[in-house]
Amino acid sequence: MKWYMGLGNQGDIVLSTRVRLARNLEDYPFPSRLDAEEKAEVSALIKDSLSDYTEIALKDIEMSSLTPAGAVSLAEKHLISPEFASDTKGRSLLLSESEDVSIMLCEEDHVRIQVIYPGLSLEEAFNAAEKIDSHLEKKLSYAFNEKLGYLTQCPTNLGTGMRASVMLHLPALSKKGAMRGLSTTVSKLGLTLRGSYGEGSEVSGDIYQLSNQVTLGISESAAIQNLSSIAMQIIAQEKQARALLVKDEDFMDKIYRAYGILKSAYKLTSRELTNLLSYVRLGASEGILNVPLEKLCTLFIELQPATMNAQSEAPLSQSQRDLLRAERVREALN
Amino acid sequence: MLCQNCKKNEATTHIKRVVNGEATENHLCHSCAENLGFDDFFDDFSLNLPGIFSSFFGDSMFALGESKLSRCEKCGCCFDDIIKSGKVGCADCYTKFYSKLLPSIQRIHGKANHGGKVPVKHETVTAQKEEPKEKTTEEKIAELQLQMQKAIEEQNFERAAVLRDEIKSMKGEN
Repeated sequence: MKWYMGLGNQGDIVLSTRVRLARNLEDYPFPSRLDAEEKAEVSALIKDSLSDYTEIALKDIEMSSLTPAGAVSLAEKHLISPEFASDTKGRSLLLSESEDVSIMLCEEDHVRIQVIYPGLSLEEAFNAAEKIDSHLEKKLSYAFNEKLGYLTQCPTNLGTGMRASVMLHLPALSKKGAMRGLSTTVSKLGLTLRGSYGEGSEVSGDIYQLSNQVTLGISESAAIQNLSSIAMQIIAQEKQARALLVKDEDFMDKIYRAYGILKSAYKLTSRELTNLLSYVRLGASEGILNVPLEKLCTLFIELQPATMNAQSEAPLSQSQRDLLRAERVREALN
Repeated sequence: MLCQNCKKNEATTHIKRVVNGEATENHLCHSCAENLGFDDFFDDFSLNLPGIFSSFFGDSMFALGESKLSRCEKCGCCFDDIIKSGKVGCADCYTKFYSKLLPSIQRIHGKANHGGKVPVKHETVTAQKEEPKEKTTEEKIAELQLQMQKAIEEQNFERAAVLRDEIKSMKGEN
């Protein structure tokens, strides 16, 4: 069972929580200054140090052994960065069976430990990542400086090296036109609110990512508490806005129509699915439609283009994907 | 007050400069200030720089030029490389280019003192240290730069200029 098949805390609004720790080895230059061979050497050292980590079973994936669709699929699922998928030489990924733990080796930093859980689950995700980190630090010498904390290739990650984020479904606040103002407000509090694929990414399906910006001069727990309390405030605002929105007949009509299309469409593009799912998800969380949220989440993740291609035996054309996508959605909802 | 240069327009720009500790004052109108090049005055503090290079290192641009000379012994990276790529070469670069990186770090995070987890190995090393070691020139320069930044923010340009000269002379000795 994959992590996204479960429903977490505040699951009607929070899709997932991610915590990522960036670490580097003291004795090696940062990855952009390593050739493929040296990257493989660093990766081997880290894998070796994790070989006796018994808490969780991790599969070792040589990135260059994947098909391009296989690599992009991992990025679509937020398990690796798009950059990691585009240049696979000398890089490897350690991935747990349920895909909740992924460790990128020689991405922007030597080690990037990521934990992703459903719903709002910042502390749990941090604890899981921190456990792996504590295991590694006993065996390896991390690049660390008293003043600057964990040293990272990009100075934006200095200090704790921790980036924590929550993926929020905010259809009512978006509809209200409140997102720009909200984004300005949170930026003053050391957080960022943006599209689901991070920096510069487009917003689709009213899904936003709220993450901490500042990593230096603040402890992990304070950063998490801060993020958590702002997330709770946004959730409360979204709930209020939703309560008003469902009183609007025209909006209700949109929810039912979206549901109707998903239940009977013969072809569906990825974009159309994302947009319609946003309405149906809102309808389901407000108790208007009787659809389990986990099911919608699974459709959302598994019917992305590269993920569909990665799961298919033969490569699919866009048209074939759109047919298959509609078929899978009909099966799930009827 | 009329502009001291053209003596026609109302002076809108008050320029106080400190050169080698001596202060001079000028009251100019907007167009004279521009013609006389005083709009470039802040360039010394590297404010409002165009985002040609990676924006993280915008503040550190004044270090360009001199920076090609010194390279990190471990990874061979010079400060120009860091500015252009937005990527630091290795852990040692943070020590080598500490004072040059600090203003940017300060701007990104607001603070420059780690407040989170410390690796166990490092904790024991820190505990063994008895007396605080004397500050290196790099660290002193970094401190002065922070003070300068603060002075600029408070619009205390006189103080900023003094600090700037002090930094320049320390770099000279270095």
